[in-house]
Amino acid sequence: MTNEFLFAGFGGQGILFAGKLLAYKGLTDGKEVSWLPSYGPEMRGGTASCSIILSDTPVGSPIVSNPDILIAMNLPSLDKYEKTVKKGGMIFYDSSLISREVIRDDVKAFPIPATKMAEENGTPTLANMIIMGKVLKETDDFTEESVRAALTKVISAKRADMLDVNFGAIKLGYDF
Amino acid sequence: MADKVLMKGNEAIAEAAIVAGCRHYFGYPITPQTEIAAYMAKRMPKIGGCFLQAESEIAAINMVYGVASTGLRVMTSSSSPGISLKGEGLSYLAGADLPSLVVNVQRGGPGLGGIQPSQSDYFQATKGGAHGDFHMIVLAPASVQEMADLTVHGFDLADKYRMTSMILADGTMGQMMEPVSLDLEVKPMPEKPWATTGTKLQRKHNITNSLSLDPEELEMLNFKRYERYKVIEENEVMYEEYMMEDAEICIAAFGIASRVAKNAITEARKMGIKVGLIRPITLWPFPTAPFKAAADKVHTFISVELSMGQMIEDVRLATECRRPVKLVNRAGGMIPSPEQILEAIKEANKNGGAN
Amino acid sequence: MVVFDKPHALNDIPMHYCPGCTHGIIHRLVAECLDELGIEGQTIGIAPVGCSVLAYNYFNCDMIEAAHGRAPAIATGVTRADPENHIVFTYQGDGDLASIGMAETVHAAARNENITVIFVNNAIYGMTGGQMAPTSLPGQVTQTSPYGRDTNHCGFPIKVCEMLSELDGPEYLERVAVNNVKNVKNAKKAIKKAFENQINKKGFSLVEVISSCPTNWGMTPQKALEWVADKMIPYYPLGVYKDRSAGIVKGEVKND
Repeated sequence: MTNEFLFAGFGGQGILFAGKLLAYKGLTDGKEVSWLPSYGPEMRGGTASCSIILSDTPVGSPIVSNPDILIAMNLPSLDKYEKTVKKGGMIFYDSSLISREVIRDDVKAFPIPATKMAEENGTPTLANMIIMGKVLKETDDFTEESVRAALTKVISAKRADMLDVNFGAIKLGYDF
Repeated sequence: MADKVLMKGNEAIAEAAIVAGCRHYFGYPITPQTEIAAYMAKRMPKIGGCFLQAESEIAAINMVYGVASTGLRVMTSSSSPGISLKGEGLSYLAGADLPSLVVNVQRGGPGLGGIQPSQSDYFQATKGGAHGDFHMIVLAPASVQEMADLTVHGFDLADKYRMTSMILADGTMGQMMEPVSLDLEVKPMPEKPWATTGTKLQRKHNITNSLSLDPEELEMLNFKRYERYKVIEENEVMYEEYMMEDAEICIAAFGIASRVAKNAITEARKMGIKVGLIRPITLWPFPTAPFKAAADKVHTFISVELSMGQMIEDVRLATECRRPVKLVNRAGGMIPSPEQILEAIKEANKNGGAN
Repeated sequence: MVVFDKPHALNDIPMHYCPGCTHGIIHRLVAECLDELGIEGQTIGIAPVGCSVLAYNYFNCDMIEAAHGRAPAIATGVTRADPENHIVFTYQGDGDLASIGMAETVHAAARNENITVIFVNNAIYGMTGGQMAPTSLPGQVTQTSPYGRDTNHCGFPIKVCEMLSELDGPEYLERVAVNNVKNVKNAKKAIKKAFENQINKKGFSLVEVISSCPTNWGMTPQKALEWVADKMIPYYPLGVYKDRSAGIVKGEVKND
């Protein structure tokens, strides 16, 4: 079983961070893992994306060009990558930032108003974690234990107080 | 087995170098290898090592030359345009028979080029890279684990043969994260009686030097160096064979290209096409023997590269042009897709080796 | 009536600079000078490696992209190719000019090459993500000085204007800033003078512009401008460091 993920959005939306969480979760779950970011002068508010592959067998190419699962955090990302998703795949998108719906009917679409939910939750920077909660639910990959284990890997010990906050955001998406 | 951690390839190189006993790093900022410098800047002061940001790549490689002269393990890293600047120093290191580790996380060129991954410095790395007769040992990792493993191996080989080892990676290898074990085996460093560390009035002075005004003497030095290179060619070749047992088509690819090629091979095998891969891990010395042997049983070779076709020349030389060698490539920072490679495999399968 | 317009010497395309970056201001000042002096058509600009690497897209005059640090050497070639007609400026950052390209900078100044150098000093490498620059302040935290610039370990910042003022070669050296309206106006005057010197064949003119980098300093644009006033300018005093024609030589600072 191999799942190829593509996360895409604006720089600053926590795309790479969310991808890392997924990769660490794969690692703690004993899977083969690769995480490949787009790179360059992306801190200047351009687009950011990352490819994550979780697999039971060794990962070949780390480049995801036809994802099983697309997470689009802004409209340019959905426009660019919707057509690349594998037939029968899933598209998660932030419906508070993307006004249109998914056009394809051969994929499963999950609109989540993640940015709006994040603001209402008082954690405006955690839309990425909210959408991640929904992804983990729909890919049937959620246990509190493994999510918390992965969070301890991506959040530095100095920011341990952020652990529960992030977990809370993930749970919010999971329950949506 | 030790715990695996997720690390970027660049960070894995840096940590592996520290594990290998390297305590001196010199570099100049350039994308996409900056994480190596950032990692060293954080770690070196904590372990009594030295991270110094040089004023240029030219200065950095000469700082490497200085530390190497004293017999300590030392490294620098850069990306394509910066490696060109280091070229002068690489030649001097070779001329003075100094061990060092140099990392090139390649990006698209020529000139300032771009910052996306490339393999277009293959010629530069494997054919010397600067003036004079010399080689570097060139190691091409295809995973984050190999970034770490080959860094340690590179230091060992550099010390063993008194020459530069180059890690020839690319932007994807540097930037991607994979699980990596840092439980690395480090061989003891050989004695370095040649090191210029001060005579302490106990011995004749040592000289680190690449100047030799007597042409007969300089010729002899070159001959001796090439005898050493011959030993390396006989003993240090590394490669991976993948699904070659029954292969009728052989892909040649290293680094990221070999990872993409494996996806294409999986798909081709599903269609019943017998295709395999020879992945050079040492680009110099080039794994000539397995390619030569493969030429006896496959009808076509396909060289997959992130360049306009550079390694393909070594594949042709190794196979003595007995079989057609096709090129599947992208350049300038683009990466061949599995589909592109699969098309070439299907085409080769249809033609059965006819040109 | 148009009261404010884009200078002709700037192209009407979006710039890639981060929000709050002052490159945009400095580009504009250079372009205004080219317009006002009527020299755009004979000007060849030379872009560096660094954040302003894409300056060749922004200026409407002919532009050359240089290898890292080599802009003054390329400028030397361009000015000498047609000394009567060519107006040449380099636009360089601190890493480009004062680190990898220091030799080229010093020797172009020593030869009193008839060129104009716009030197943008923001005390950090921006394009590669915030490494220590030759002009980073003592104690300044950057990606490659994560514990603060330790002058015992990696030395002191280089004061380019002061250093070059010791040379007999250069015609004109001035340090300006663009952190407030008054300083922007002074910067414009200095840049214009640097081009006028070239038109009058007086030789090497360098204007150092103290600039800000909110992104890599990790500050809001406003805080970054405050940091320029509070930290940068005290270390890098503004003023004329050399103006041979006006009789100011050898590091004599004359503030307005």
